[in-house]
Amino acid sequence: MEATPQLIDSVVPALGELPVFSVGDAVNILTRSPIGHYRMPTYLRGKSGTIEKVIGTKAVDNEEEGYGRNAGSKGHYYRVAIPMTQIWPDYIGSPNDGLRIEIFENWLERASHV
Amino acid sequence: MSDHDSSHDHDHDHDHDHPHAPITADEKPGYYDVMETAVRELLVERKLFGPDEIRRQIEVLDSRTPALGAKVVARAWTDPDFKSRLLANGRSGCEEMGITFYDDTQLIVLENTPDVHNLIVCTLCSCYPRPVLGLPPDWYKLKPYRARAVYEPRAVLEEFGTHIPDDVEIRVSDSTAVIRYLVLPMRPEGTEALSEQQLADLVTRDAMIGVIPVSYLKEAA
Repeated sequence: MEATPQLIDSVVPALGELPVFSVGDAVNILTRSPIGHYRMPTYLRGKSGTIEKVIGTKAVDNEEEGYGRNAGSKGHYYRVAIPMTQIWPDYIGSPNDGLRIEIFENWLERASHV
Repeated sequence: MSDHDSSHDHDHDHDHDHPHAPITADEKPGYYDVMETAVRELLVERKLFGPDEIRRQIEVLDSRTPALGAKVVARAWTDPDFKSRLLANGRSGCEEMGITFYDDTQLIVLENTPDVHNLIVCTLCSCYPRPVLGLPPDWYKLKPYRARAVYEPRAVLEEFGTHIPDDVEIRVSDSTAVIRYLVLPMRPEGTEALSEQQLADLVTRDAMIGVIPVSYLKEAA
């Protein structure tokens, strides 16, 4: 859960070892529609958000795990903040209201702006 | 079982004297009941686990109740250092108090403040901070709450009798993977003199899901 510590200059991390996104990054949630049990709720696919927290410890991709394919499927989860008014155009409430969700990195792509 | 129940003639002594209908199980098991039994029997037959491990796991689940979460909340209210460790890492904060995470989930503790009100839900199924709260209430697992909590949280909260002013931000956290949430409610006013245990007694399950605040009504002196 802890944030990733600052690396010493001479240390070269392996590919995929460090989180791809950092706090504050704008991200888009992909719109894939794979068959099976997927952890990315459909109501959020295609929406945009902001990385609020990087879940420091890499975790198994639950979607692969569901089919018994654990090996090599570890990656980072990110807590993503999405405004309610972005999800529901007819949202009733404060424009500050928001949703938070943990998303595995293979569902996210970098957005140039939110 | 049902044969026994239908021939049950109630001629023995009862330990309790309140009247009730005979306890029967004559309803046919549903699709998922049959599926659960079949899978369980197969797993036991293949020796992947034994009946005692199932019994033990039920014992683990039964040992978890909202009283554990309430102790964590009361500690956070009375010990600022503990609170900051808990907010930094919910799981290790709870582990510090002797609560294990048998399901290997992580925990994020969400602090309610005068500016932010947190609510938790699992739209996909029924993810819930079981290590600290036990089993979720039925309404938490049913589709109306799961669908509406992320679409009209304010209307849902009103149905629980909770009015959140428009200038307070509502944050709904949707559990999907290995992270669980626990809401740290605001400490009610007038509780300065209460002990940690007395504070814990005020904290209810629903307050730690985020559908109600913790309230304190001073008893008439």
